[in-house]
Amino acid sequence: MSSKEWPLWEVFIRSKQGLSHKHVGSLRAADAQMAIDNARDVYTRRSEGISIWVIESKQVTASDPDESAEFFEPSESKIYRHPTFYNVPDGISHM
Amino acid sequence: MEYLTCNHMTTQEAFYSYIVRLGDDSLILGQRLSEWCGHGPVLEEDIALTNIALDLIGQTNNLYELAVSIENKGENIDQLAFLRLEKEYENLLLVEQPNVDFGYTIVRQFFFDVYRKLVFEALCNSTDERLAGIAEKSLKETKYHLKHSSEWVIRLGDGTEESHRRVQEAVNTLWKFTDELFFQDEVDQNVIELGLGVDNSNFKATWNSHVEHVLTEATLTIPTNSWQHTGGRKGIHTEYFGYLLSEMQYMQRAYPNMEW
Repeated sequence: MSSKEWPLWEVFIRSKQGLSHKHVGSLRAADAQMAIDNARDVYTRRSEGISIWVIESKQVTASDPDESAEFFEPSESKIYRHPTFYNVPDGISHM
Repeated sequence: MEYLTCNHMTTQEAFYSYIVRLGDDSLILGQRLSEWCGHGPVLEEDIALTNIALDLIGQTNNLYELAVSIENKGENIDQLAFLRLEKEYENLLLVEQPNVDFGYTIVRQFFFDVYRKLVFEALCNSTDERLAGIAEKSLKETKYHLKHSSEWVIRLGDGTEESHRRVQEAVNTLWKFTDELFFQDEVDQNVIELGLGVDNSNFKATWNSHVEHVLTEATLTIPTNSWQHTGGRKGIHTEYFGYLLSEMQYMQRAYPNMEW
């Protein structure tokens, strides 16, 4: 193995019309077009998708895990933000 | 012309041979590609090459099924795939050439994919609906194979000094097997007349210009040597073929009629 590795890409697949692209994993590829081809072979060989997005992993800006206390914990006590006080009629799925 | 002297061949026999040859091409290339399983240069390519191998074996399956339905010689498709002798396979010499390295594998694939796409496009209009159906399904797969191999030819050719050197060497070595893509004999003449098969001489120029276009983009040069190697369509193979067969046929010969 060469020590020079290809860049890492994050792969997003849309499983069907109307749904959004979902992150499914990552892979290595020399460039964007090859990343799409590789994603097709690695992540859609069992008919998982109809559309693929790739983005080079280094382009992703992530939140800092050290800041998770101030970032995420404050919302935990605000249960009134969850629409859990409604009665969902029978026959409504995906809720 | 040779086919005139051999024109005692019935249409059914010719069509059978034609289909088996198409199947032999994909079977042998599929077997070659499957040798990469677990040995790909990177995980992504390992999966890509074996996906393509499976597409090719799937095409073989459909083509052999059609062949045995055209002319039932009492054989099933496993026997057709695994129990013939060397001279009874009539695949192109190109597809039996060894993998050597990733560059060779990609160039071999590229030459074949350009050709095969043209064949399937034309076969979509075959007067035999079953063959047209197989062609239509296989064409979708082949278009992806061609995209994959073309992208790689360009990246390897226009890549590093070493990748350029290796892939140019592959082009130089494999070029002598490309004339055979356009081989014709009485089998072809028979099926062309009835619109069952395709006249591959119609798209030789298209093949050449497509290949030239990609090789140029890849900064590769087309070899100027004109000597060409043929024989596959007559069952005369290169030295590599026997080894390939012995590996491919082992299971069916060791455990006759096994299924899995």
